[in-house]
Amino acid sequence: MAVIRPSGDFDRNYNQDMALIRKPWQWVLLLLSIGAVATSPYWAPPYVYIKANQIGYTLIAVQGLNILTGFTGQISMGQSAFMLAGGYISALIVTYLNLSFFIALPLAALGAGLVGLIFGIPSLRVKGFYLAMATLAAQFIIPWFTLHMFPEYLGGQNGIISAPVPVIGSYEFNEPARFIHITLFVLILTTIAAVNISRSRMGRAFVAIRDNDLAAELLGVNLFGYKLRAFFIAAVYAGLAGALRAHSSWQIGSEMGYDLSESIIFLGMLVVGGLGTNLGPFLGTSLIILMEDFSNIVGTKVSAVMLTGMTERVLTSFRPIFFGLILMLFLIFEPRGLAYRWQLFKASWRLRPFSH
Amino acid sequence: MAETSTQLSFENVFLSFGGTLALTDVSFKVIKGEILAIIGPNGAGKTSLLNCVNHFYSPDRGGIIFKENDLTKIPPHKIAKLGIARTFQNLALYSGLSTLDNLMAARHIHMKSNMIQSIIYWGMGQKEDIEHRRVVEEIISFLEIEHIRKAIVGALPHGLRKRVELGRALAMEPDVLLLDEPMTGMNVEEKEDMARFILDIHEIRKTTIMLIEHDMGLVMDIADRVVVLDFGSKIAEGTPEEIRKNPIVIQAYLGEEHI
Ligand SMILES: Nc1ncnc2c1ncn2[C@@H]1O[C@H](COP(=O)(O)OP(=O)(O)O)[C@@H](O)[C@H]1O
Ligand SMILES: [Mg+2]
Repeated sequence: MAVIRPSGDFDRNYNQDMALIRKPWQWVLLLLSIGAVATSPYWAPPYVYIKANQIGYTLIAVQGLNILTGFTGQISMGQSAFMLAGGYISALIVTYLNLSFFIALPLAALGAGLVGLIFGIPSLRVKGFYLAMATLAAQFIIPWFTLHMFPEYLGGQNGIISAPVPVIGSYEFNEPARFIHITLFVLILTTIAAVNISRSRMGRAFVAIRDNDLAAELLGVNLFGYKLRAFFIAAVYAGLAGALRAHSSWQIGSEMGYDLSESIIFLGMLVVGGLGTNLGPFLGTSLIILMEDFSNIVGTKVSAVMLTGMTERVLTSFRPIFFGLILMLFLIFEPRGLAYRWQLFKASWRLRPFSH
Repeated sequence: MAETSTQLSFENVFLSFGGTLALTDVSFKVIKGEILAIIGPNGAGKTSLLNCVNHFYSPDRGGIIFKENDLTKIPPHKIAKLGIARTFQNLALYSGLSTLDNLMAARHIHMKSNMIQSIIYWGMGQKEDIEHRRVVEEIISFLEIEHIRKAIVGALPHGLRKRVELGRALAMEPDVLLLDEPMTGMNVEEKEDMARFILDIHEIRKTTIMLIEHDMGLVMDIADRVVVLDFGSKIAEGTPEEIRKNPIVIQAYLGEEHI
């Protein structure tokens, strides 16, 4: 599909042609949205900024997965395990090295990135289904490591350690109303990075590998090198997400989740939002997380009417059913995801009333 | 041909798959700046020969010498960087990218932005993109594909995709261009356009071209020299005129069809 632009919107040089945000009102809208989230603790009910925080850090993990799976075409089932690694690294650095969270955060990202790099090595030899199996190993090995190694540091069979509250001076980020600002800040950086990657030399190499790895190699892309870069970057994103989640919930460990089902849900969010688009993770992550809450409400209502006394059980089964249903509907009706729908909508609006 | 320095040299190349020999003791030289056509029946080993140049296939024996390197010992992505580009018999475009980005992706070997510069983009990454965009735009107007500049190539008709694929190879600014049946599936008009582009590339850029093509009329028109493969062996080599008269060629290959 060609990009259809409003008439009269011409570019005078390549710089303008390559710009992502073309109109002043688009900048205004973007800044307003950021402002709305940033100020939400002052005007919105707690639900809003608690959810915004959760969507925020999840989104970062999904953005990372999008770079690896959506852009580079390498399936990973280990994204939540890399979050676990990031959360642990950051919690341990703050706790035992007495460093600020704001120093621990980039270190955790880097550490998780290196772990991701190791689990990306099989991509040299295998792809598709077999690579998925290989990355699945991360989902078993990393939680196993945290449960069985260095129990005095990693919490052993409890599967949980505490992650200290970030502080700047005497200001403590000890509640979602405050933590949201850290999450939002990191999300802005990861979004800028993701957008830049997708329009740069490295991003084109990623997509080349996804669309035709043979051609990419014969045309000069070092396959292994770029696959490893994608694995590294995806795990860096997971590391950031894990550290944010750990320090906003004050604890980290396999007891808190970070399991295979979460990794799969990340993939689902990506599919629903639109693989290989920068808008996709935003749409998919928000939709799935909000749908989960919606399913909770519906589940509560349903069980109150029909299955009294079984609320708990109904709820735990309702969420995966909802997720599965949404995913299936998307795979059947719009496998290109919400971002693609949005493109179509914009294009048809511009051509109105001459769209046919 | 006035000056005849060797650009690419095949030296006793053998290639087999399991038991079957795809190439048997193939030796010949490609002269700098020429259009060399490789012809032969289906399954003769033409594509396999190009795949050996790219080191996508590893010959069992023999060497392929380019700029004092034996290509059979160099990884594929470095061969691209040495100055060899190609198109594929069955299209191998980056189907999710636009025409422009397909060509930009081919500039990979000439660009230097590393991971950090790609992520930060402002500064080096963007400056480099703009520089290379100029080169790419020249190729786009040369191939007359301005109108599909921003179209996703997966949705383009076959003839245009073939053209974009040629553009992608040109964007690498290669010394040697390998074209594997660039005109298959095209109508007469598209074939003529393609032939014109190939001749122009040869003329203007002095690119050495190895061309696999089935349309004998076209081959005889545009090639400087022809190598004939049959069952993996080279059975003849010479100017189109010589090939046309060669009794072995007529018997083995051209006999069945007209020429
Ligand atoms: N990857 C491969 N695996 C097995 N056999 C192959 C492979 N590639 C080519 N061949 C065989 O090598 C021979 C030459 O094929 P090819 O080079 O494609 O011929 P051409 O391009 O001249 O039509 C054929 O017999 C083909 O079956
Ligand atoms: Mg062939």
